[in-house]
Amino acid sequence: MKARVHVTLKSGVLDPQGEAVRHALGALGFDGVNGVRQGKVIELDLDETDAARAETAVRAMCDKLLANTVIEDYDVEIAG
Amino acid sequence: MKTAVIVFPGSNCDRDMAVALERATGQAPAMVWHKDASLPAGLDLIAIPGGFSFGDYLRCGAIAARSPIMRAVVEFAQKGGHVLGVCNGFQVLIEAGLLPGALMRNANLKFVCRDLHLTVGTSDSPFTSAYRPGETITVPVAHHDGNFVASDAVLAELRDSDRVAFRYVENPNGSRDDIAGILSDNRRVLGMMPHPERLNDPALGGTDGGRLFDSLASALVRA
Repeated sequence: MKARVHVTLKSGVLDPQGEAVRHALGALGFDGVNGVRQGKVIELDLDETDAARAETAVRAMCDKLLANTVIEDYDVEIAG
Repeated sequence: MKTAVIVFPGSNCDRDMAVALERATGQAPAMVWHKDASLPAGLDLIAIPGGFSFGDYLRCGAIAARSPIMRAVVEFAQKGGHVLGVCNGFQVLIEAGLLPGALMRNANLKFVCRDLHLTVGTSDSPFTSAYRPGETITVPVAHHDGNFVASDAVLAELRDSDRVAFRYVENPNGSRDDIAGILSDNRRVLGMMPHPERLNDPALGGTDGGRLFDSLASALVRA
């Protein structure tokens, strides 16, 4: 079973890297980009075959390591 | 006074830290590898050095904070042990939950490597007793991810409980409240981005950093 975790900065946390990307897009002529937020995608290949159990396990992994919940939110996607 | 320096793959200030500790205490620290599960007995202080542990993969300090030895370090701190984290060591202590907040990429996205002026926030700690509160000292920084972030409530608590050990005079990284170093609730854990171990000898250009180790030596020998 595969899982995909999206880690993003919480709203309200300033994202200097996203801001730099936004400026660079403007410099390339892409107008109208009002905001850029940069995050991470983490793909996991799991032994688990039960989707609910897989999600519980991956959420625990996020809380313990994959995300820093002081500044980051995460989303878990389970794909068969 | 018995001290130890924790060494991770990618630590690069462990030797500087050892020299600073030996100079202040007269005794060489134990160098403890991250895969060790236990600490030497009878330690008074553990130092987590600067560097780029585990290549800064995932988040700075995140992997190191989950290494086997860190369980023992957290337990040592919870029992009232003294822990100093410098630069990457500060990031590790935050990731291990021993200090609040988070350290993000510098706001200007630049790696900052130079001597900076700091204001001493408090002399009420075993790390800062040799300084005067409000005194300006010079200590070098060298980091890419030292932008201290915390909620308004955490910042207020740090201020109200006099736990901001050092502030930048000229903020190099966007840290909230110009914070360069903070103390734990029991004042026995200090995390700071600047490197006191790099400025503790006149031959290196100054000794302001050395006074932090002198503070520790006098506090912990008395204890």
